[in-house]
Amino acid sequence: MPQSFVGRTIAEMAAALRSGATTAVQLLDGAIAHRDAVDGRINAFLARTDDLARRQAQAADARIAREGASAPALCGIPVALKDVLVLDGVPTTASSKIIEGFLPPYTGTAVQRLLDQGAVVLGKTNCDEFAMGSSNENSAYGPVGNPWDVERVPGGSSGGSAAVVAAGVVPYSLGSDTGGSIRQPAALTGTVGFKPTYGRVSRYGLIAFASSLDQIGPFTNTVEDAATVYSAIAGHDPLDSTSSPTAVEDPMETLRNGVAGMRLGVPREYFVDGLEPGVRARVEEAIEVLRGLGASVEEVSLPSTDAGLATYYIIAPAECSSNLARFDGVRFGMHVDGVSLLRSYLATRGAGFGPEVKRRIMLGTYALSSGYYDAYYRKAQKVRTVIAAEFDAVFEKVDALVCPTSPTVAFTQGAREDPIAMYLCDVLTIPVNLAGLPGISLPCGLSDGLPVGLQVIGPRFQDARVLRVAHAYEQASGAAALRSPMVAGAAA
Amino acid sequence: MSAVATVARQLEGTGYEAVIGLEVHAQLLTRSKMFCGCGTDYFEAPPNSNTCPVCLGLPGTLPVMNREAVEKTVLTALALDCTIPPFTKFDRKNYFYPDLPKGYQISQYDLPLSRDGKLVFAVDGREVRCGITRVHLEEDTGTLKHAGDLIHEATSSLVDLNRAGVPLMEIVGEPDLRSADEAREYVVRLRQVLMYIGVNDGSMERGSLRCDANVSVRRVGASEYGTKVEIKNMNSFRAVHRALEYEIARQVEVLETGGTLVQETRGWIETEGRTVSQRSKEQAHDYRYFPEPDLPPLELDAAYVSRVRELLPELPEARQRRFEAQYGLSAYDAALLTASRDEAEAYEALVGSGVSAKVAANWVSGDVARLANAHHVPLQRSGLGVAGLGALLRLVESAAINGTTAKELLDELYLGGGDAEALVRERGLGQVSDESALAAIVDEVIAANPKSVADFRGGKQQALGALVGPVMKATGGRADAKLVNKLLRERIGG
Repeated sequence: MPQSFVGRTIAEMAAALRSGATTAVQLLDGAIAHRDAVDGRINAFLARTDDLARRQAQAADARIAREGASAPALCGIPVALKDVLVLDGVPTTASSKIIEGFLPPYTGTAVQRLLDQGAVVLGKTNCDEFAMGSSNENSAYGPVGNPWDVERVPGGSSGGSAAVVAAGVVPYSLGSDTGGSIRQPAALTGTVGFKPTYGRVSRYGLIAFASSLDQIGPFTNTVEDAATVYSAIAGHDPLDSTSSPTAVEDPMETLRNGVAGMRLGVPREYFVDGLEPGVRARVEEAIEVLRGLGASVEEVSLPSTDAGLATYYIIAPAECSSNLARFDGVRFGMHVDGVSLLRSYLATRGAGFGPEVKRRIMLGTYALSSGYYDAYYRKAQKVRTVIAAEFDAVFEKVDALVCPTSPTVAFTQGAREDPIAMYLCDVLTIPVNLAGLPGISLPCGLSDGLPVGLQVIGPRFQDARVLRVAHAYEQASGAAALRSPMVAGAAA
Repeated sequence: MSAVATVARQLEGTGYEAVIGLEVHAQLLTRSKMFCGCGTDYFEAPPNSNTCPVCLGLPGTLPVMNREAVEKTVLTALALDCTIPPFTKFDRKNYFYPDLPKGYQISQYDLPLSRDGKLVFAVDGREVRCGITRVHLEEDTGTLKHAGDLIHEATSSLVDLNRAGVPLMEIVGEPDLRSADEAREYVVRLRQVLMYIGVNDGSMERGSLRCDANVSVRRVGASEYGTKVEIKNMNSFRAVHRALEYEIARQVEVLETGGTLVQETRGWIETEGRTVSQRSKEQAHDYRYFPEPDLPPLELDAAYVSRVRELLPELPEARQRRFEAQYGLSAYDAALLTASRDEAEAYEALVGSGVSAKVAANWVSGDVARLANAHHVPLQRSGLGVAGLGALLRLVESAAINGTTAKELLDELYLGGGDAEALVRERGLGQVSDESALAAIVDEVIAANPKSVADFRGGKQQALGALVGPVMKATGGRADAKLVNKLLRERIGG
């Protein structure tokens, strides 16, 4: 029996590959075995791409043999992709019935950059339908279980991508974050989830939810691994006109510089009424750790924070109502016949979309309608500008912000049936998307035996700084050692 | 406006005048589509072969702006005397239709690429100024083939997305036109400008140039507009003219018989010669325009605009006026010669090579235009070329050959080219101008055609032609026609 790599980091696997302690094929075999052992309980995988993965693993082994230490960091390392990311020839559903059977004829840029490094793709992960949700209960393919307690949600919308890392199946995965869809599930599963600055990672090949907010990012076990994946996928892409042409700073250069002398802000509005005491306690302890590392910590104010949720639930649905118009049953995916064109549209979209997607399409259609545009969409854009300006002003005084990621730990499946209660899950992550900032969530201990997430937020394009603060905390706290029972179970 | 012009611009005798504004859609002659690398030469391609994930609207794809499309739209806007604001953005126009793969068209709503231009042209010797509200850039849709005329009556429809994403300009005219004649001339002149500056191929038949009209009627002198009707599906200049004549008459009749007009969209049915209601105002779409989040706004600075302005050629209206002044041409000849840029340039090159302005005008707008149209090859790209034609016409001007011979040589050499002078020598095509030789033939012909001679003497001038013909025949078409005429008249009087 080869050494188990369940729950190990990218860095550990990469070192083992280079030393010859393991091979990409062995890593893949281990990942498949562990996936098959746990996925019945967490329902995290949709398409499984074992044959593709095997060919990629063999190619990676050959490349490592050829290139040795100069082989890319992700060469031979298994990865899983949120099912809103397209990979040529691999079924992509966005966890919706409406494009069931769709085989994309192309590969998205971020995924291609992983493939260029020699990544081994184990499969596509379950998520909330079209990335709309905070609990992964909105999937047409069933809910995802949290590896810490399978009766509880893993968060969402990238719940599957969070769960596969938390369960130790793969050392990293890609998700997408529109209002917290990477950071919130990372918090609820005890993983590291990083949403880069808007425009840092190409959205080409990401099935759009809300174009002005969507951003691809990684789930990992450590901040260093997050930096590794970020370095691989970040950078300008001529196929995405909103991707930034500015050069990407190498986060590794500053990752270990610590926080001594840094000014950290704690936004008082993020310590909301609904914040669970256990979450508050862990986050306050984490802030003390950072203070202990030499950072100065001060309270700051982002007064429009409470307008963020309402703003988001105008802008995101408005964009999604348009982005999802292409799912009309004409060219791909589900088609339901009707006696007329209109009837066919209604039947196809009526049968193909789930209730939350329909709710948001209706919200967005309403917000953009003639006579309502000014009162809703235009006003929301103005508030969005104000929210971004408040962050800019705060970042004149502090280098980064630290706060909770989610007001609560993982809740029980079915516990939040009211959509508004569900929307409140993202109240602490949404403003970051509205302002296009980089944000990371990393574990900062347990509350009632469940992980709590610490969020670090930086100014636009200061992704490396965010990773540096997070890394400093992680190293000092030992939180990186946190692993779900599913990892412990496999190791035992 | 003068009293004469007012009369001309109203509908004679009815007391009404028409108010017409045209929206022209023109496909841009770019190499690739507006947001992807697919080509724009879709017309002959097998259905759906000229497509890629982007123009098919596949999930996850994003648009990337075609710089050439922006430049050609700016060029058009400048040709139409528009202003180019420093900041422009794109918007999504949302509606469902199978020819629209994304479920929205990327277009421009409140901040178009250009505004406030004009097109000035003459109708019946009178100057018409039509304001241009805006020229903006958008993407074309795909095309549908229905089993039936209308999609809601069709049992099935086929979607072809070859055209989807081809760059399209929308040129919105002010409601400054007052008759079907003016509307038709506006489209003719606009098309001419677009072809001159090389942004559009001008084919209304293929749909690369399309025209919709907003038309209303009102009492002469009224300041308010009447109820506006939009007319679609006019696929030729003639259709524009006929549809508007029909629609204006229909509207006047409705009002005169005590009816009221409704704001609606009507389609022109060419085969029936009438417009029919397609959609009322109540059924109008709410397009839910909002800024396209996948494309950053465009900032076009003054330096960019002046770089594009330098690409503008002399425009047809200005060139026509210059031709009149510089070459002493009539307005009619100058208009003919400047109708297309190719013809105008051929003309100037010929004159530049030493051919007289009048001779060059006759040949370029006559036989050369005929051959250029027949072969779809302008003179510049023909085998003969400007230099070859110049050599040929100098033979005519020096009386070395006559017009008939020159025409035959032109037909023969247009595509393949060749040395006219050498051929004339080789084949003995030189003009017969020897008076004594021609006089002998003329005498023979007079003797052989007493009836024609009698007719001519009896006052039938045409009878002379019946005598010229045999003389030309006897010389193999090479006789100097002027001299033959002179000799005949000397002998039979007149």
